[in-house]
Amino acid sequence: MNDTGPYNPSLIHDFALWIDSHAWSTALHESLWVYPLVESTHVLTLMLFVGMLAMVDLRMLGLAFRHTPVSEMTSRILPWSVAGFVIMVLTGVLLFYAIPVRTAHSIWFRVKVILLIVAAINAWWFHRRVSRDRERWDSQPKPPLNVRLTAAMSLATWSGVIIAGRMIAYNWFDCDRPQSAFVTWAAGCAVELQAEAG
Amino acid sequence: MTWCEQFGWFETYDRLEQTWIGVAIRESLWLFPGIEAVHLLGLAMIGGSVLVVDLRLLGVGLTRLTTSQVLMTARPWFIGALILMFLTGVPLFLSEAVKCCFNDSFEVKMVALATGIVFTFAVRNRVAARNDAPAWVAKVVALVSLAVWFTVAAAGRWIGFSG
Repeated sequence: MNDTGPYNPSLIHDFALWIDSHAWSTALHESLWVYPLVESTHVLTLMLFVGMLAMVDLRMLGLAFRHTPVSEMTSRILPWSVAGFVIMVLTGVLLFYAIPVRTAHSIWFRVKVILLIVAAINAWWFHRRVSRDRERWDSQPKPPLNVRLTAAMSLATWSGVIIAGRMIAYNWFDCDRPQSAFVTWAAGCAVELQAEAG
Repeated sequence: MTWCEQFGWFETYDRLEQTWIGVAIRESLWLFPGIEAVHLLGLAMIGGSVLVVDLRLLGVGLTRLTTSQVLMTARPWFIGALILMFLTGVPLFLSEAVKCCFNDSFEVKMVALATGIVFTFAVRNRVAARNDAPAWVAKVVALVSLAVWFTVAAAGRWIGFSG
């Protein structure tokens, strides 16, 4: 086994294989109706989750609801976004559960996970640091630069999550096709091909 | 049987698919997925700008603002998102017009879309603009709006599953 430092591709591969061995995983993947319904729910919930989040972000950028306090947006609009996020996570986990091995080795899925982590850090940063002096800018039509930067970062990362998520469906970079050394490494293809050959 | 089949629109759809935009998208590996991804960003924007007004009409969300205040700030974003949807949706259609001719979901989406645009500008926005509409009228209008736009999005997703 190659030592690749903190990133251990075989750990991810083994986890995916373990899920793949579940009968429910296969059943969900092969289901004529349930899989498309879960997938559609995942996509349509974008309207609730990202749509409502975008309204809050646009307020923080000073581009919408300029005369409504930011706290009014976070208390009245953000909960709807959070509800959407819960549906996103639940359906997303099911989608991964249905097709674990290919998804785990999808470079787009890996990009998406990294962007999700960036989005989470950005949200944490906002609640932890940026909103500390909210009283001062809560009612400003155009909040200070650091507030606008976190809002822009939120819109950018979630847009990236949507784009990367959509690309998971395409097979250009799948491990069963010839790939560059970079993709082979980044998607953990070596381990998958080795496992299949062995 | 779709209207396209029934009324013999196939040749028109076929010609649309042969336009240079349709051909360029089909011949490219990246164009269709790329345009599709931007179409999804527009979906999120449409969702937010529709929901924020309809929730207010239902009496939840930004209740400290009047319905017309919520409408005024959401409307430019709705129109912008709608334009983005057309700019990406039309090329997507041109690239696979023949498939759409035999696709029930596509026709459901187009009917719902036309209904949604007319209903939003002719009925829903007018009700939201005047703040004195009876609560039950505002609620019915909001529910119809939500149902129509949900149908547009769901039928749109289903185009990819059927045919």
